Amino acid sequence: MIKTTSIAIGSILTATTAIAATDISWWHGMGGRNGEVINEISQQFNDAQDQCNLTPISRGTYEEALSSGIAAFRSGEQPNILQVFDAGAATIISAEGATIAAEDLILDAGEEFDRENFIPGVRGFYADSDGKFIGMPFNSSAPIMYYNAAAFEEAGVQPPETWEEFEEIAPALKEAGYLPLTASQLTWMMVENFKSRNNLQFATNNNGYDAVDGTEIIVIDENQVMMFEKLKEWADEGLFGFYGAGWGDNLRPFEEGESAMWIGSSGSFGGLQQSMSDDFSAVFLPYWDSIESAGTQSFIGGAALFAMAGHPDEENTCTAQFFTFLTSPEVQVYYHKNTGYVPITEAAYEMARDAGYYEEQPVAEVGIKQLQLEGGEWTSGYRLGFYPQIRTVMEREFNRIFSGEVEVREAFETIEAEGNQLLERFGRTASN
Amino acid sequence: MSNTHSSAQAPRRPFARLMRGLARAGVSSPQKRVQFNRPLTPWLFLAPQLAVVVIFFYWPSVEAVLSSFYIEDPFGFGATFVGTENYTDALTNSRYQATAVFTAFFCVVVTALSLGIGLLLAVKADKVIRGAGPYKTVLISVYAIAPPVAGMIGMMIFDQHIGPMTDLFAFFGHDLRVGVNYWDTAIAVTTISVWKQIPYNFIFFLSGLQTVPVSVCEAALIDARSGWRRFRDIVMPLLAPTAFFLLIINITYAMFDTFAIFDVVVKDKPANNPMTLVYKVYLDGFKGNDIGGSSAQSVILMVVVAALTVVQFRFIERRVHYG
Repeated sequence: MIKTTSIAIGSILTATTAIAATDISWWHGMGGRNGEVINEISQQFNDAQDQCNLTPISRGTYEEALSSGIAAFRSGEQPNILQVFDAGAATIISAEGATIAAEDLILDAGEEFDRENFIPGVRGFYADSDGKFIGMPFNSSAPIMYYNAAAFEEAGVQPPETWEEFEEIAPALKEAGYLPLTASQLTWMMVENFKSRNNLQFATNNNGYDAVDGTEIIVIDENQVMMFEKLKEWADEGLFGFYGAGWGDNLRPFEEGESAMWIGSSGSFGGLQQSMSDDFSAVFLPYWDSIESAGTQSFIGGAALFAMAGHPDEENTCTAQFFTFLTSPEVQVYYHKNTGYVPITEAAYEMARDAGYYEEQPVAEVGIKQLQLEGGEWTSGYRLGFYPQIRTVMEREFNRIFSGEVEVREAFETIEAEGNQLLERFGRTASN
Repeated sequence: MSNTHSSAQAPRRPFARLMRGLARAGVSSPQKRVQFNRPLTPWLFLAPQLAVVVIFFYWPSVEAVLSSFYIEDPFGFGATFVGTENYTDALTNSRYQATAVFTAFFCVVVTALSLGIGLLLAVKADKVIRGAGPYKTVLISVYAIAPPVAGMIGMMIFDQHIGPMTDLFAFFGHDLRVGVNYWDTAIAVTTISVWKQIPYNFIFFLSGLQTVPVSVCEAALIDARSGWRRFRDIVMPLLAPTAFFLLIINITYAMFDTFAIFDVVVKDKPANNPMTLVYKVYLDGFKGNDIGGSSAQSVILMVVVAALTVVQFRFIERRVHYG
């Protein structure tokens, strides 16, 4: 309203006054250094042209950003752009009419768009079953294993590629006075990406991509149970530290040089550069050599940007322009370098590589290389409704596993039962 | 001293006065009502307050009741009527039951401890003559801390890696793991919640104690040598109105206002940690986007609070002597 009025006033005054720029808003769930970089990119976009004025607003965490976006949509106050994290993808993609498919938005605005420009691992997760981009991949990450270089030198061992190798070297690290391993967000690392990295099915209906109705998760499989039995065993032997579901609680021992390895996000790189005093590097998330199909790529994590419906055309055009701006190699490389999130286009990756960035910072290439590993039948992630709640169930059961309240198999039985109840419930929400 | 004693009598009987006032309003004679020959004026004065109550309480409550009968798409594109399924789902869910049991337990412990410690400190502070001011200021100042900040401070004290409390427990041979172990987190949340509420109770008990007439205390001194007996027979009954008021406030605090403390302690990831019913409403509704289920839970909570209020006023307030 204010904007249209100001445009009207602007056009009345014409001649001397420049026409007011179209304001668009962007709600996101990023904090710390990553939040600053969002402000920087928005500023760059505003400086690069004068028709659109983008305002980024932090809405707390990923979950808070999604729920405030939903609440805003219900009261007609939605932002133009909403950042939605991987676990919330099904929620927003299933709500047809809440968003405009990123691909349609960009093409309607007369901009160019080619799916083939994107890195293969990025293409599927936020797209519909025909491969059309609904969300615009933005901060894409992969779970990778960081390691403290000094710890490995002291113990005289090499960072492991497989979990079998981890079992061999971990005692040496322990002997050298380190806690060998900690990991944040086991749901993402040890379930979702465990499935992807070892090429194992995660849910029926093609991991949930083909249909909402009748989709069930599959977590009581021998390999999944074995992974957690091993983790529990390692925790009991002092080879693995578990500090609850909080991300930072599990990161801190690594930052303080107590733990030798930490499984985190490739997007943690920017923050670690500031918080780590020791030299660190990273390798791929390990897989099990004993699992026949293993060693495949991890799927894309992080979040995507969704263009919310219900805005006038000139605002949508601005949103489309911003999406195009965001995928330009220059912006991608800038974002990649400052956060550690992987570049989402081939062109950006080549640009960073040709400029010699990865010789300078080999860690920054680990995530993108992992996403480019050979794919398999089950390596494109999942599309599951009420997934944030399913993750909450998993987090609860994992805590119970590590505090010795429940056996691993029993915990996964609970997760599967409660997860399937939630999926069934999601299937009954009306828009599907 | 005796000056302050006699002057602070008035605020000791808020409920009785309120009730009497209401009763009087109800039976006021027609002649008196004629004094207001503009019937709209009082409503005009009431309007802002009524608007606040309607907009922020009745309207959301009605909405909650309505959506509790539906399973709804988060974005509001449609809803399926499911009758009372959301209620039966919640009430038969073992996690919900466990949360309810924890909430009740938590309310009792927090209320008992913060009332008990607040009273003890007030009785002791009431006796201090030299340096009374600084003592009281130190005890009261905690009240100025907002719950999320109290949670943050508490979390630093209980942190798994750097918390002094973790070190203290380790000294006694217990591996305190707040955030991992259910009861360890319960200890942390309870401690922080009690700590935050003590000063509030302290202020009210202290002012209550100062309204106990010195003459009564002096008379009692002749009858009983035992300090505890004088406290039990004279001071306690005279403190009852204050204590009843605080009981209600403390239960409300434990059930609802501790939300921010839970939120900070469990850091956005509840996992297996204990939580109160109101926190579960928030989790399912705002993080899980399950609006129907969350609404049903909040209606259940409303019913519980209504029942609790009835019990408090019917059965407990009867025993309170307003002097």
